[in-house]
Amino acid sequence: MTAETLARSGPLQQLTDRLAELPRTVQVVPESFVAMIDLRLDPAGAAGSDVVSYLGVDLPTTPSTWVETDAVRVIWLGPDEWLVTSLSRTPQDLEAGLRDAVHGRGAVVDVSGQRTALRLAGEHARDVLSAGCAIDLHPRFFRRGAAVQTLLGLASVVLLALDDTGTSYHILVRSSFAEYLARWLLDAAIEHSDS
Amino acid sequence: MQLITCPYCGPREEVEFHYGGQAHVAYPADPSALSDEEWAHYLFFRDNPRGPFAERWVHALGCRRWFNAVRDTATYRFHHIYRLDEPKPETT
Repeated sequence: MTAETLARSGPLQQLTDRLAELPRTVQVVPESFVAMIDLRLDPAGAAGSDVVSYLGVDLPTTPSTWVETDAVRVIWLGPDEWLVTSLSRTPQDLEAGLRDAVHGRGAVVDVSGQRTALRLAGEHARDVLSAGCAIDLHPRFFRRGAAVQTLLGLASVVLLALDDTGTSYHILVRSSFAEYLARWLLDAAIEHSDS
Repeated sequence: MQLITCPYCGPREEVEFHYGGQAHVAYPADPSALSDEEWAHYLFFRDNPRGPFAERWVHALGCRRWFNAVRDTATYRFHHIYRLDEPKPETT
């Protein structure tokens, strides 16, 4: 008898082929297995400064913003709440490191399974988003460093602007809504197809 | 669609918000001393004015923070929006 290993799979695996067929002007790429840690603490307190020295970047205190280092990205979720994401570090490692830094003066929870990450890029990325999002996405207001929590279609998402030209976004969506959102994006992208 | 200004996130569509009833309903100092009638009044009886009304709201699909707002129940216009740690503004 051989031991069966369970392969890790994301909620968008079955849609990979259809997403790959999207036109160049609207590219949707699922980003699998991003480590995400929910961090809650008083940014003015001692825990705040310990976390800042651990992460190597200030916790953003301006609403609806994000900052990043080589290893992590820190997204503002509330006046005392942040989402720390990382592609290079494991959730276990990141959670343990943050928990050491916080040292009981706040909360550190691994929420990697809660959301799925998508990259939306291309010339028409902004047009696709505006079809289902009430936020003013013009780069004049929504540029690199902005991260809003809002509705896209009927799914609640965290939307990050990655550049200043409205052609590159990062979408964090609840895993159970990920398939709905991917199908919604496929549908919204039809009008921008090349042919 | 009406925009509601979240004290943290700024103006957002009203579908992102949930209503939380009357604001500034103080928890009784000594709940066990209350009669059933007084307890029922604390739990269920709320003001229902026509005009400015201090209410609790939550930005449910955004930052998920609670805040208070003075809204005119007749016109649905928001007169004041303030955080929970800020005092209730004077209403006329």
